[in-house]
Amino acid sequence: MSVLTYLGYAMVTVGVIFLFLGALGIFRMPDVYNRLQAGTKATTLGALGTILGVGLLQPEWFWKTLIIAIFIAISNPISSHALARGSYKIGIKPITKEDDMDAYAGVETENEEE
Amino acid sequence: MTIFYLIMIALAIIFAAARGLLGPTASDRIVALDSLTTITTAGLVLLAFFFQRYIYVDVSLVYGVLSFVGVLTLARYMEGGL
Amino acid sequence: MSRFIFTFAVYFLIWMGFTTSFDPQELIAGAVLSLIITFFSYKSFTDLGLSFLNPKRLFNIVKYMFVFIIALFKANFDVAKRVINPKLPINPGIVAYKTKLKSDTAKVFLANSITLTPGTLTVDVIGDTLYIHWIDVITKDPQKIYSEIGEQFEVILKEIFE
Repeated sequence: MSVLTYLGYAMVTVGVIFLFLGALGIFRMPDVYNRLQAGTKATTLGALGTILGVGLLQPEWFWKTLIIAIFIAISNPISSHALARGSYKIGIKPITKEDDMDAYAGVETENEEE
Repeated sequence: MTIFYLIMIALAIIFAAARGLLGPTASDRIVALDSLTTITTAGLVLLAFFFQRYIYVDVSLVYGVLSFVGVLTLARYMEGGL
Repeated sequence: MSRFIFTFAVYFLIWMGFTTSFDPQELIAGAVLSLIITFFSYKSFTDLGLSFLNPKRLFNIVKYMFVFIIALFKANFDVAKRVINPKLPINPGIVAYKTKLKSDTAKVFLANSITLTPGTLTVDVIGDTLYIHWIDVITKDPQKIYSEIGEQFEVILKEIFE
């Protein structure tokens, strides 16, 4: 067991724990936007940890796992951004505790240029 | 250790799938689907390590790319821009 | 021309990552494919070209990655804390965030970084305003919103892209 192996197992462990917490967050949060918050952040770090951890455990796979990790780190925020925008456009309002905390209301139809 | 990893991933899939089944609106279901695909991508890489099959890493890469395109398409469709 | 070379180098590196082999046949196939794709896409791929690789920019890119990874870990512990707490301590709302960045690429990176940092999620970008869903709205003052959410990224992104 070398240092790399220990580091790899530690990263995979942290990764799967965050994957679980992300899924739990998606289950527990009250509306779409909060679900996206929990889901995107926790599953991104979870997937990065798991994939790079396997890359360290199996050094000859490292470059390909690195490419998968970079792809996930770039694509996950983009898809969550698209989902948040789409949800707002079909009329799902975010839950807020006070009334005037939705700065996006009223401007969401302004940018129809594309 | 292997058992622990598999249990965590199974629980994650169960919770996300439960939200996908319960989700009151369509976008809740798509959010659940989005995180399910991320979990599956990570899970495939982990399985590749357990079984020592390099080909599963390629499967995981292609799966990640296709699921990203799929979720983007669903989001654009929901928005009405498709 | 420098944009062409930069784009080609990036595509070729990605190809090397996909195949992970130094077999001459693989390298030639990769070079031909990268050349074809570069020919169609180099105009929209990058504005800076090879000047992207000067030492100051590279230093800032490394610095950015460190700042980003620290923020990603903070964000995850923040989410974990909220998810595990039985009472779900959230106070969500959407705030407007004025960015000082001009280039579109920089705005994309800023929006993605904001999505992955504690408690924030970019909903839309209109001109120079980012609409951000914040899981715990602690202030409505625009200046404070700026320093709380994205100042640490904007300073470095300005160095990299402008």
